[in-house]
Amino acid sequence: MKVALFVPCYVDQFYPKAAIATLELLEKLGVEVHYPKNQTCCGQPMANSGYEHLTAGCNNLFVDNFSGYDYIVCPSGSCTLHIKEHLHSPEKEEQAVDIRKRVYELTEFLIDVLQVKELKSHFPYKVGLHQSCHGLRGLRISQMSELVAPAFSKPAQLLDMVQGLELVPLSRQDDCCGFGGTFCVVEEAVSSKMGKDRVEDHIEHGAQYITSADLSCLMHMEGILRRQKSDVKVIHVAEILNHSHE
Amino acid sequence: MSNATGKSHPQLAAVFNQDEPRVDWHDETLWWIRQKRDVQAHKLPEWELLRETASQIKNNVLSNLSTYLEQFEANAINNGVIVHWAADAKEHNQIVHQLLQERGINRMVKSKSMLTEECHLNEYLKEQGIDVIDSDLGERIVQLANEPPSHIVLPCIHKKKEEIGDIFHEHLGSAKGESDPKILTETARQHLREVFLTRRAALTGVNFAIAETGEFVICTNEGNADMGAHLAEIHIASMGIEKIIPERKHLGVFLRLLTRSATGQPITTYSSHYKKPQEDTAIHIIIVDNGRSIQLGREDFRNSLKCIRCGACMNTCPVYRKSGGHSYHTAVAGPIGSILAPNLDMKKYADLPFASTLCGSCSNVCPVKIDIHDQLYKWRQVIVKEGYSPASKTIAMKAMAFTLSSPGLYRSGGKMGRLVFKYAPFAVNNGLNPWYKHREMPKAPEESFGEWYSKRKEGKQ
Amino acid sequence: MSREKILAAVKKNQFTSTALPDLEILSALTATSDNLVQQYTGVASAGGCFVYEVNDLEAIKDILRKEFKPGVKIISGIQGLDEYTYAGNVMQESSHSFADAELTILASNLGVAENGALWLTENQMNIRILPFISQHLAVVIGKDAFVPTMAQAYAQIGNADYGYGAFISGPSKTADIEQSLVIGAHGPRSLSVFILIQPLLKYII
Repeated sequence: MKVALFVPCYVDQFYPKAAIATLELLEKLGVEVHYPKNQTCCGQPMANSGYEHLTAGCNNLFVDNFSGYDYIVCPSGSCTLHIKEHLHSPEKEEQAVDIRKRVYELTEFLIDVLQVKELKSHFPYKVGLHQSCHGLRGLRISQMSELVAPAFSKPAQLLDMVQGLELVPLSRQDDCCGFGGTFCVVEEAVSSKMGKDRVEDHIEHGAQYITSADLSCLMHMEGILRRQKSDVKVIHVAEILNHSHE
Repeated sequence: MSNATGKSHPQLAAVFNQDEPRVDWHDETLWWIRQKRDVQAHKLPEWELLRETASQIKNNVLSNLSTYLEQFEANAINNGVIVHWAADAKEHNQIVHQLLQERGINRMVKSKSMLTEECHLNEYLKEQGIDVIDSDLGERIVQLANEPPSHIVLPCIHKKKEEIGDIFHEHLGSAKGESDPKILTETARQHLREVFLTRRAALTGVNFAIAETGEFVICTNEGNADMGAHLAEIHIASMGIEKIIPERKHLGVFLRLLTRSATGQPITTYSSHYKKPQEDTAIHIIIVDNGRSIQLGREDFRNSLKCIRCGACMNTCPVYRKSGGHSYHTAVAGPIGSILAPNLDMKKYADLPFASTLCGSCSNVCPVKIDIHDQLYKWRQVIVKEGYSPASKTIAMKAMAFTLSSPGLYRSGGKMGRLVFKYAPFAVNNGLNPWYKHREMPKAPEESFGEWYSKRKEGKQ
Repeated sequence: MSREKILAAVKKNQFTSTALPDLEILSALTATSDNLVQQYTGVASAGGCFVYEVNDLEAIKDILRKEFKPGVKIISGIQGLDEYTYAGNVMQESSHSFADAELTILASNLGVAENGALWLTENQMNIRILPFISQHLAVVIGKDAFVPTMAQAYAQIGNADYGYGAFISGPSKTADIEQSLVIGAHGPRSLSVFILIQPLLKYII
């Protein structure tokens, strides 16, 4: 199985530890991981701001970098969804279509493709799981609370395999954190308030860490936590799953 | 009465957020309704099939609308109802005025109709010297406060009972400082009963108009539409062209969805079916287009016309909950309003499709499965292409796209500088960076993943 | 003419026709005859109704005598309840004249278990304003008149002709002030429902 690691631009630049954990975890599970080195960005920041027409460069680059793999795995639900829904390339549309089918967010790849049943990880903390909206409603890696359908959560299923980890319940299991790409600055007041309330829910329920399959949400919540000088930390789900006994 | 401030959603939302306890109260109230909706929905194992069925019925309606409208009109006329057509808000308002003038009526009672809010009927009639009293309690409250409704189902959800007490004390003579909802409601009941008994004209909205029979259905909990209509000599019912459903039996789908989605009740107290006028009275229906036929022609956005005005998308929307209905500066607020409004005036409402995180909850509570968040995304593309986005944003986006299209430029940002993120939302331009107002910047690590990976590769070799 | 303009614009912009969905699946999914009265009673009570199961009209009169003072204006659409003003005899009076009605008693032949709604047509109301203007409302319904959901309710209504009809599921109410539920908005302050063990037909025909 030939897997390409897709590391979103902001993860590459600001949260390399999450990408490293993703790579190491996949390798531990016996996957041959390639990192196409000319990758940059999925184009979502432009597209969600209404500038999808400026994403041709990003799209072509993405197709060039990620064609020919069995799977493309990404530690971000949001970027994965963007590729799944919006990757087009007029000159190489066939390859783009193929990539759209092969791109997976990390937790769904672990559950659906690798069918992981156990992990040798250890993380003795109280953890709150933040469902990113794009992972939840876009990729359906968990069941959203508004739908009348059986409940499930792939990230929670994996976190349950981690020794010592206690998932804390939340008052609102899948309310949005308010990051929303450029929304976080265009609608600064609402964005911050949403983030503050989300963080508060985790803190109230005793979380020591807030985790998620999406770092963009975590980056936003981390900004708020650090401003509040809180002891609560954010951590990408890959870092927990890859965390072994010290 | 409408927001004539010219302010955009982010500006109005920032003002709303200056009073944080109030934001919390607003958010909790609406979330509670969302939870009530969940409880009702989960009681029906067939809920998702119901939504799908309703959505398909509406597809059929939108694909045969002209036929259904003509069928509805013919049947309504046959039932003794008089039918009018209004191309826009102005014509609608003029028709109402003329109907009143013909009878020498200068006072009218009105039950809830978001269409008349959209048409600004009250302001128009006031200018013509006609007194209109809104009879839905929430609408009456905002009317007395000289404000538009902030929610299509819960018009005064932004008002605290103490504020309502003050309004009632000033206008309806309730005791000073009285804020008990029971007592305030009783005060309104006495006041409005006198209104119902003395108004010769009543205007109502329409929830569903049935092509097959020519009847129309109005849903209320208070009974105000019926009190007004049955006591008046003329009942004017205003409906948008999209209110049509093909057959009576389709009500068996929509009435199961509407109130469960709206307020978390299994059905409204009253679901009234108006088919023929009472003896010696008249029913007039005004069928209004006001931009709807244009929206029907926009392939990406026509599904917005499926809306049955339940308000579930507002209650679930975290942005609506934390910014308040008035921040949307349009008659229909929230996610659905944000995809309807740009059709009417793209420039004026260019901000609304951006007043969303695209979280997608709206689309999944919607009882007729409108792809609301996808339409928000698509409106953004249209608004930018039509040139209604700020020039500074376009420059930043172009620079960002240029950098991200080139692996070389992207990498040259180097550590600490992270040049590429000069244009990223969470690291915009320094200076007056909105990110930094309530959030710390992410810490730049020693090396990027790309750099770490190259080193590891070298080490392995 | 705006009519032609609107219809032309709609015709031009509507898309290729799509078929209506099958409603039978939904109807079949919810078709049940189990404990409909029990389910109705639970839902209606939660919605603020007072539900009584009674043997005959005498039992209704007994209950009403306890609830309403003698001398108040009570109007009945049910002939068998003959000590009250029969609605059929006052149909010529103006709707406004019922403003002082304390109680109106009407019959229904169709109740919906899932949501507590009772179907009344103009024939049963006699005068449209009656179930709204009265301070209190009572509805008499037979125990066999219940269907599980709105799907079956509309199947039963079919293409019946009426000038006006309404589903009524409780007393008039509002929660417009801070979402506090208040019973008695503009219409009746209470809805009493009498479920007759005996078939209703013999009383109203």
